[in-house]
Amino acid sequence: MKRILPGYAIGAYLFLHAPLLILAVFSFNASKFTVWQGFSLVWYRAAFADRDLLDSSMNSLIIGLSATAIATVIGTLAAYALWKRGSAWIAGSMYLSLATPEIVTGVSLLALFQFVFRFLRLPLGMHTVILAHVAFSLAYVAVVVMARLRTFDPALEEAALDLGATEFGAFRRVTLPYLAPAIAAAALLAFTVSIDDYVITSLVAGIDSQTLPMVIYAMARRGVSPMLNAVSTVIVGGLGLLVIFSQRLRSP
Amino acid sequence: MVELERRATLSLARLRTLFISPAAVLLIVTLVAPSSIIVVYSLLSRGAYGGVERPFTFENYTRLLDPLYGEIFLRSLWIALVATALCLALGFPLALFIARSGARKNFFLMLVILPFWTSFLIRTYAWMFLLRDTGLINTALERLGLIRAPLPMLYNPGAVILGLVYGFLPFAVLPLYATIERLDPSLLEASADLGARPWTTLWRVMIPLCAPGIRAAAILVFVPCLGTYLTSDLLGGSKTILIGNLVQNQFTASRDWPFGAAASVAMMIFAVALLFAVRRRGEELL
Repeated sequence: MKRILPGYAIGAYLFLHAPLLILAVFSFNASKFTVWQGFSLVWYRAAFADRDLLDSSMNSLIIGLSATAIATVIGTLAAYALWKRGSAWIAGSMYLSLATPEIVTGVSLLALFQFVFRFLRLPLGMHTVILAHVAFSLAYVAVVVMARLRTFDPALEEAALDLGATEFGAFRRVTLPYLAPAIAAAALLAFTVSIDDYVITSLVAGIDSQTLPMVIYAMARRGVSPMLNAVSTVIVGGLGLLVIFSQRLRSP
Repeated sequence: MVELERRATLSLARLRTLFISPAAVLLIVTLVAPSSIIVVYSLLSRGAYGGVERPFTFENYTRLLDPLYGEIFLRSLWIALVATALCLALGFPLALFIARSGARKNFFLMLVILPFWTSFLIRTYAWMFLLRDTGLINTALERLGLIRAPLPMLYNPGAVILGLVYGFLPFAVLPLYATIERLDPSLLEASADLGARPWTTLWRVMIPLCAPGIRAAAILVFVPCLGTYLTSDLLGGSKTILIGNLVQNQFTASRDWPFGAAASVAMMIFAVALLFAVRRRGEELL
């Protein structure tokens, strides 16, 4: 078994990584077809000149940054409160939100927004997408911050209280700095989840809030285009860097 | 002194309430309210213009039992089961390899985590690029003269299973790795000392000891596979419709919200029941 395992692992890693690497290589292909005809940046130039791609990237960034900021604050505070004293229904709801298939979350939120629309005339748009993204990132943030809190010694906070700090002071000056790396990691993960989501977003987005995954999906449905390979390479490279960075933060 | 302590606990309780309220409100608005609306919709009738109308009825649920939809449910179920079994079978040796890789453990773990957080949509698209009629594999085989006509590799259940295994393999590896990592190596040594061959130790000692991790991995893969929408939509074509696609379709093109709602409620009940069935007391899945 000692000899089989490493060979198997090479195969498994190839399976996990080769498809994206091949995609990346062909994004530099001069030809429109899947036959190598020399190195070229033509598809990158085309991608960066594409109006739909640029507009939707902007939307994705706005949505991703706002949803991440909101979810990180709410999720961190909730994790801290749950660590102080558990709450079966809050923890259970978060657990449920992680276990719910995306399509169910998507149609449920769509039904909610349509229901509210009847009374408030609130059309689908950026705000509904942001609210949906906050909703599904919340549990991710809470889980990551919670994991860090499990290694936190409550005696440190008690010491701060004994030395005259208020409850909030102890949280802000002692616990929060300890949690900082986990909060940053949680924010990065929330951002990657948000920037990548297609299923939920496509259901709750309005005409003015097309996101990058929605445009990519439409391009993929129309067929494979080398421009899409270029876009994919940029996104995968960017997300990869973010993830490596966030892992560094989680395990210093 | 007593007075002081009382004040301290009071402020702690208030701080906790203050901290948890935003999350509670958010969960009520985005989880409790939408779920309730969906449950109510699933019991209503389809409106003339695509909305929902009274009277209340169970018809949407009885329609799910129609052979046409029963087939979709069964197909979703077996595709998710096969994908889960493959993820466990392929993931276990990889997790074992990582757990035994010594100093470079973190690096090998990172190689699994990386695709886990990389765009799922793009990872699915990568397979379209490889498997299409004019994709890389068919083009290469044709150039080599091995085939005359492109092999139909895309738009069938096999492609969906491949996409799911590719997408969810990391979900299986991480919990499997966590349990293998925690295994007491002396138990494996004892088994070897007592004369068991490595394969026997694997089947009779290691895998039974890893049961909690295997259960966690199975759930983490099975539930999203069962509810998948994107993979079957992009790799499955019109012939491999799964529950996820059925639900999406009812809420968009078909505009039959009550029926779509009933299908999502059924899917949720099934997923939650499974979570409770598989989860043992005191065992954490996340």
